[in-house]
Amino acid sequence: MTLAHQIELAREAGKRTHHFHGGLRLRHNKKISCQDSVERPLLPTLLIVPLLQHAGDVAKPLVEVGDHVLKGQKIGQCQPCAAVHSPVSGLVEAIEDRPMSHPSGQAGPCVLIRSDGKEQWAKLRPIGDWCNASAESLITQIQDCGIAGLGGAVFPTHAKARDGRDRQIHTLILNGAECEPYISCDEMLMREQPDKIILGARILRRALGAEQVVIAIEDQMGAVQEALTQAAKHAECKSISVVKVTTIYPEGGERQLIQVLTGLEVPSGGRPSDLGMVCQNVATAAAVAEAVVEGKPLIERYITVTGNGISHPRNLQALLGTRFSHLVEACGGYTLDVARLVVGGPMMGYPVASDSAPVVKASNCVLALTQQDIAEPQPEMPCIRCGECARVCPATLLPQQLHLQIKNDLWNTAEEYGLLACIECGCCDFVCPSHIPLVDWFRYGKGEQRKRARENEATELARKRFENREDRLLRTKQERGEKMKRRKQALKDNAVQQDRIRAAIDRAENKGDISGTSQSVGKPDDA
Amino acid sequence: MTRSFKTSGAPHMPPQTSVANVMLLVLYALVPGVFAYSWFFGPGILIQIILATVFALLFESLMLRWRGRPLKPFINDYSAVVTAVLFALCIPPLAPWWISCIAMLFAIGFAKHLYGGLGQNIFNPAMVGYVVVLISFPQAMTAWIPPLTLSEHSLSLADSLITIFTGQVPVAGGWDTVTQATALDSLKTGIESGRMVTEIRTSPIFGDYGGIGWEWVANWFALGGFFLLYKRVISWQVPIAVIGSVILLSLPFWLADQDSNPLPLQHIFSGALVLAAFFIATDPVSGCVSNKGRLIFGAGVGIITLVIRRWGGYPDGVAFAVLLMNMAAPLIDRYTRPRMYGE
Repeated sequence: MTLAHQIELAREAGKRTHHFHGGLRLRHNKKISCQDSVERPLLPTLLIVPLLQHAGDVAKPLVEVGDHVLKGQKIGQCQPCAAVHSPVSGLVEAIEDRPMSHPSGQAGPCVLIRSDGKEQWAKLRPIGDWCNASAESLITQIQDCGIAGLGGAVFPTHAKARDGRDRQIHTLILNGAECEPYISCDEMLMREQPDKIILGARILRRALGAEQVVIAIEDQMGAVQEALTQAAKHAECKSISVVKVTTIYPEGGERQLIQVLTGLEVPSGGRPSDLGMVCQNVATAAAVAEAVVEGKPLIERYITVTGNGISHPRNLQALLGTRFSHLVEACGGYTLDVARLVVGGPMMGYPVASDSAPVVKASNCVLALTQQDIAEPQPEMPCIRCGECARVCPATLLPQQLHLQIKNDLWNTAEEYGLLACIECGCCDFVCPSHIPLVDWFRYGKGEQRKRARENEATELARKRFENREDRLLRTKQERGEKMKRRKQALKDNAVQQDRIRAAIDRAENKGDISGTSQSVGKPDDA
Repeated sequence: MTRSFKTSGAPHMPPQTSVANVMLLVLYALVPGVFAYSWFFGPGILIQIILATVFALLFESLMLRWRGRPLKPFINDYSAVVTAVLFALCIPPLAPWWISCIAMLFAIGFAKHLYGGLGQNIFNPAMVGYVVVLISFPQAMTAWIPPLTLSEHSLSLADSLITIFTGQVPVAGGWDTVTQATALDSLKTGIESGRMVTEIRTSPIFGDYGGIGWEWVANWFALGGFFLLYKRVISWQVPIAVIGSVILLSLPFWLADQDSNPLPLQHIFSGALVLAAFFIATDPVSGCVSNKGRLIFGAGVGIITLVIRRWGGYPDGVAFAVLLMNMAAPLIDRYTRPRMYGE
């Protein structure tokens, strides 16, 4: 199939749903956190705002210790990444390295702000008439307001939009397929603020220059479809369609969702924009709407606080920088048998050692699990090649073979086996009867691969430098040699010339003798 | 107010299954077949299973100790028991006790642990053990007994024990009265001596398709195989390919010359074919990983079995077929890698 044909098919996105390979049907466990409507917890007194909350580089702080900041004031700047804003008005107490709620568990620079309780907003600059605003001004506004993908990958939204604009996007997909068990913040957002999502969808569509918007939701989300369809109708927007997809983990993965909606696969190493599509989370769309219409930067998000380790699981609208412990308190605290705290879902979430870490743009869920939920860690056994991992792999890899390549440091074959195509969904881990931490191996493998690529680059550079130097030396040597040769030649020529002159002088001096000699030389036979 | 937690990698859910669980399911699936076996051929098979299991666990623990591996997780994974039971189901029910001992030494000691233990063996351990004793002790390995319905001297449990441990048959007439050629044996020798299949099949040892008794044992093994398919312990590709290739390959021969070629179904219901299709060729460790690879692997087992039965020196060739395909498995894997997403 040619790419043009694929793009043609991609325009049909959502008309018919398709399947992706593998995946798991997991228990949802979402209902427990959907009983209460979403509320804000009490205003926390101390907020910890990490300066790295998105995919990219750490933002540069724009404030100093002792500064007074206003709610929504920009406190971190990062070109070309997303900006960071103060979630409250108050005093900058410190700027120091703290655990920053990153899967790596690393500490990084965070701005500590003590709230003054006044909630004074900085001056907001909304775009009043967004329908007539240029796409570029919309994208700049999105960037200034620090919007990043709220689904978890936190890729800066403006960068995705700009890239999409350059690449002739026809379809914007809003991802509301929240496939991980327990997490329900997107579902609650779609239930409670469908208008905002539709508004965000329209703004993003304009910013991207897309023709249509497809909002994908799961078939288990009862009232959501109705709410969104009504909201779209209300907005008199016909180019927005809401599509229900079957709940199979990891359907909410960008590549899997595109496959479900179009039957097409994003080319390996490529991006959805290769097919003329851009994927954004529904919560990102809502944040875009707030940013453009109200001028509000991203300082708040919906977050699910759930699990059997929480007294009253629910969704909260939390300020970025709120510590998890504060959210848990707002949910009635832990139950007695809580054993593990996870940020994110049970499949892809990462465990945290302490609940003092802050909410960041990427945090969609705080999951407190009991010993019963997680069971004892099982001993790792050797792989018996049962192939279950390959059966469930949504990227149609052979995880057991890939694992073997990485274990044996066979990096070239690891790449052939699709190391970089792994989406780290954890399906293989979950079904492995030998309890091999496959995803950990793949993450390690990717890290090694990146390191090797960097080293290769460095080696390549060094090699080029060396070769250039050798070339240069050879050239100078040659040049010098030639110069010498020329000079020698010149000298020689000179000497010949001198000889000739001398000979001529001699000739002139003994004219008679010479002619006689030449005769005898010329004809020796006659002598 | 903050609280600390122990961390551990994702997924944060209890594991669905374990190696021990998988092996146990295989053992459960063998129960109906074993039951049918002892129903038709007496209690000898149960003694053989126990013997093989004891030796297998003995050599497993010795090898683990010697290799400095922890005993508990590897003894508890039941993989050695599966090897032992599959081996016991392949040998004559009254074979002497030391047959199991030697076979398990080679199966567990050589084929499994010298290659690196669980998950590392290239060859199916049960088949290695079986082939070693089949080649080394052909007489003991061909002393098959007819089903109880045909036998004049049915052996009790005590008789079977005495026979297995002393080599003496405690009935009048000794070995000659209790053993009989199997269906596959008489077919092979019959055809070689120029008799017609219909003529050979008049012998009472033949049932509807295969040997009498044997075909019912095969049915019950197939039932266990369906259970494994349902539980998704095995994938359908291997059994379908084994049985399908045997039928497809033997059908033209049978159609061309029904006098010297048995009905394709006779091939299925004779010997160890059904057992192999569902339980032996499906061994994931020594088989292929991709679905396409499994189809090729299974077809290879079927074809080689048929070739050995038809032209080879042995009445049944399942074990050799499995071992030969084990050798080819890595190569098949190499050329049948599935297409990756987006590739």
